[in-house]
Amino acid sequence: MSTSSETTRATGDTPETFATGTGTPVTGAGVTAPARGTRLALRGATLGRPGAPVVTGVDLDVAPGEILTVVGSSGCGKSTLLRTLAGLLPLLSGEVTQDGRPLTGPAADRALVFQEDALLPWRTLRANVELPLAIKGLPRAERRAQADAWLGRVGLADHARQLPHRVSGGQRQRAQLARALAAAPRAVLMDEPFGALDAQTRAGMQDLLVEVLGGTGATVVFVTHDVDEALFLGDRVALLGNGRLTAVRDVPRPRDRTAHDDPARVALRRDVLSSLGT
Amino acid sequence: MSRRPAARYALRAASLAAALGLWQLLTSLNVDLWLRFSQFPTVADVARAFGDRLSGPDYWTDLTDSLTRILTGFLLAAVLGVATGVLVARSRSAEDVLGPVLEVVRPIPAIALVPVAILLFPSNEQGIVFITCTAAFFPVLVSTRHSVRALTPVWEEAVLTMGGGRWRVLGSVVLPGALPGIFGGLSVGIGVSWICVISAEMISGQYGVGYRTWQDYTVVNYAGVFVGMVTIGVLGWLTSTAVELLGQWLTRWLPRTSYVPGGRMPRAAAVAVAGTGRRTQAGVPTGAGSALTSKDTEPGEARDEHLV
Repeated sequence: MSTSSETTRATGDTPETFATGTGTPVTGAGVTAPARGTRLALRGATLGRPGAPVVTGVDLDVAPGEILTVVGSSGCGKSTLLRTLAGLLPLLSGEVTQDGRPLTGPAADRALVFQEDALLPWRTLRANVELPLAIKGLPRAERRAQADAWLGRVGLADHARQLPHRVSGGQRQRAQLARALAAAPRAVLMDEPFGALDAQTRAGMQDLLVEVLGGTGATVVFVTHDVDEALFLGDRVALLGNGRLTAVRDVPRPRDRTAHDDPARVALRRDVLSSLGT
Repeated sequence: MSRRPAARYALRAASLAAALGLWQLLTSLNVDLWLRFSQFPTVADVARAFGDRLSGPDYWTDLTDSLTRILTGFLLAAVLGVATGVLVARSRSAEDVLGPVLEVVRPIPAIALVPVAILLFPSNEQGIVFITCTAAFFPVLVSTRHSVRALTPVWEEAVLTMGGGRWRVLGSVVLPGALPGIFGGLSVGIGVSWICVISAEMISGQYGVGYRTWQDYTVVNYAGVFVGMVTIGVLGWLTSTAVELLGQWLTRWLPRTSYVPGGRMPRAAAVAVAGTGRRTQAGVPTGAGSALTSKDTEPGEARDEHLV
């Protein structure tokens, strides 16, 4: 595999370049003290549950502040990879590091966004967003102010006091995004967060994601089975298949809606699709 | 389903009245068709005896004694049952250590523990509380164990990746998430508690509704026995309603499919509809829709039509 040579590439796409310039109003509550992204690395890693390895021989380096998308057919270990990086699943062999230090368990600086409703159904949207801030130990008033600011950023200011089951699936995912970003994590790990949404909602969510990530500088690992989503969002795209990490490719003109007919992008899309066997 | 609350309460009252009327009819006519109602006191007899009791001092002592016993026993059972249930569901070693003991003790009817209670405790009072507590403990334990095991793992993983520790998981995920199931156990538990507190009082009590009822039987005061039974019925109903209402209030976040009392849902739905109306191109923004436009949605307006 040629992955290791490609992964050493320095990410030229610093976070500032993909702030879409929409000038999201952020209230004075100090929503984002810009946290620098973290570097995540896997060396010769075997991932999976004990006795049932799913992916073997993974060498992957996620640079600080980059968006790495991971594509692969279902059941190929995308979620396993993400859970390993989150610290929820121990490695079977090899090593996983964060900024060069071994990664031993889940931590607040690596937030996880789930596909399904991971919002706590007994908490209002606001209380859900407040939860990571409470765990951080922020005083109540500050929690509330920050949660409201984040809900505003994702367009849910009017729904702050609704319970999750009272809002739509898209709104729940926006709330989940706000909750993940509220505690200013240095890495955001996203497990097909828009997978259950219809195509239009999904496109809107991608734009929103790009917008709210702007300025946080967080490293993002974004798992999806949608190749177009992967090519739109990712600085690089990693391909999983047959229990291996088969390639990591640079994406030309990421997060540019007009780039979908860029010849380089079209060629990459064809490559990715053929290597996924579709 | 569309019956109004007033009509429903009228129906309930009528159902009770019909039962009482049937009782009065059978007993006053001394009906003796295999089932023998001739020895039964009539509703009027029981009501008269009830009135006499209410004015006497013993009735209220009995009442407070029984209530103190059952509330102490039940609250102890609730705390112990939830704690043990969570422990057994979450820890494999706790399951191995406590599981066999609990499974062996569970089938023993609490009332069969009267001899044990007499041997163990210095006073009858503590023995009765012990029996009441044991009776309610197992339903609470079992329902807690099941509902903790049935929790969605994603909730716990979410809290873990926010940096929460085990106590945070316990307080923010396990307990609130298991609450609907726990209240199922508590509802069963309060019923079983009444059965056991009354039986224990009949066997070994001094004062208490069960003790009084049995006393009346031994002195052939049948009206008094029925006063005792009615008292038990009403107290049981009140306490289980209290548990039920507390449970409904604490789990009010649960999605409800049909009838929602109070009509809050239609209003929330109206807001949601107005929120979507604002985003449709067709230009039918309602008054509420414009009120919803807030300072931080300007960059999102064009995009928002996808995000409903």
